[in-house]
Amino acid sequence: MTQGDRWTAILLALAGLLMVVAIILVFGVAPDPVNLVTPLERFSQRIFYFHVPTWWVGFLAFVVAASAGLLYLITRHERWDVISASSVELGVAFTTMGLITGSIWAKPTWNTWWTWDPRLTTAAIGWLMYIGYLMLRGAIDNPERRARFAAVFAIIAFLSVPLNFMAIRWWRTIHPVVIGSSSADAQGGFALGPTIQMVFFFCVFAFTVLYFALMVLRVRTEWLARRVEHLKQRIIFR
Amino acid sequence: MSYLHKVFAIVAKDVTAELRTREMLSSMFVFSLLVIFIFNFAFDLRAENQKTLAPGVLWVAIAFAGMLGLSRSFIMEKDRGSMEGLLLTPVDRSAIYFGKMLGNFLFISIVAIIILPVFIVLFNLSAAYLPLLVGVMILGVFGFASVGTLFSAMAVHTRAREVLLPILLFPVIIPVMLASVKLTAAVLDGIPFADVQNWFSLLVAFDLIFLALSFMLFDYVMEE
Repeated sequence: MTQGDRWTAILLALAGLLMVVAIILVFGVAPDPVNLVTPLERFSQRIFYFHVPTWWVGFLAFVVAASAGLLYLITRHERWDVISASSVELGVAFTTMGLITGSIWAKPTWNTWWTWDPRLTTAAIGWLMYIGYLMLRGAIDNPERRARFAAVFAIIAFLSVPLNFMAIRWWRTIHPVVIGSSSADAQGGFALGPTIQMVFFFCVFAFTVLYFALMVLRVRTEWLARRVEHLKQRIIFR
Repeated sequence: MSYLHKVFAIVAKDVTAELRTREMLSSMFVFSLLVIFIFNFAFDLRAENQKTLAPGVLWVAIAFAGMLGLSRSFIMEKDRGSMEGLLLTPVDRSAIYFGKMLGNFLFISIVAIIILPVFIVLFNLSAAYLPLLVGVMILGVFGFASVGTLFSAMAVHTRAREVLLPILLFPVIIPVMLASVKLTAAVLDGIPFADVQNWFSLLVAFDLIFLALSFMLFDYVMEE
């Protein structure tokens, strides 16, 4: 077991522990929201502690992917390509969870799994964009070109992140605004009580640690896969 | 030779090549016409007011036709082996980008300008809308062509080629399409400009962002 293996194991254990604590906090400590009427709505509100962090991690992953892509174009070091690609894969996984948890929440609250609300539509389009990224990587054989094109696409696709964030404020939407709105205005914003806030930020923190733990694992796996590929080539062409 | 001359030389090359066969313009035009007809078939039975569908139909037709043109744009260079020639010419890569981008912009705009009167007739709209519609269309097509040219240069090097281009381009181009549709609807419904000014700003902003980004990233795509 190398030094790196040990740190990976510790980080993973930490992420696992934080997630367990997060689940206990969400179902045991967080109070019922006072502004919701039916018990079903009150209970389903708890998905918010998972739904928002998954999107936060998704955004974070795409920010990391675009930054790593930019660094790849500047330095041409393969390391950045591995980081960028791994981050997109994780981002797609987390935003998929975000879409699914959102749907589960929407059914009892809006009485539909999906609506063509601008916020939902831009979120789904952003998700599709990164599916496109994965397809682009799959369609190029030359590794150097694949890294270059993927970096270019990651930077452009990253535009969807601020647009997504703005969409909720620019367009009338039925999606609630949680971050940065304190009054219960027409957009469905509301104030968070101190306990709810504590649990919420703990969940965000737990998911962020989970992202970094998975990221370390994914990057290491990718390095090993490339090393295997490299060794295979050496055996074939010896 | 100044920079602008170099750009226009590349545009002129594309225009000359197109005028010899006219196959791209004619197929784009017929295709966009088909899209409009198919939409009429598809929606005719359910829509109460055709005018509410018109902006969406128009932009889908332009986007689909534009996609045809864009995918041809670099495949043509690659299949005829003129890509190497283009890269060997003593011009900056950005001149190649602007040349190809302006060529694509020109072709898609021409098709869109021909399709507009047909569209107005088929949807029974007033011809007085025409100048404003052309304005909206130019802004929309500009954003479409700017990032489309970059992705077209990328898609030509992939295994799937023309299949991959729409998958990459459509999601990215959504803000431009959305703003164009909203502005077209505003023109048709006679909504005052002040009410749709943020859509207009969004469209112009995305045109500029896409142009600047594509121009900066094109160097990395054409690095062979």
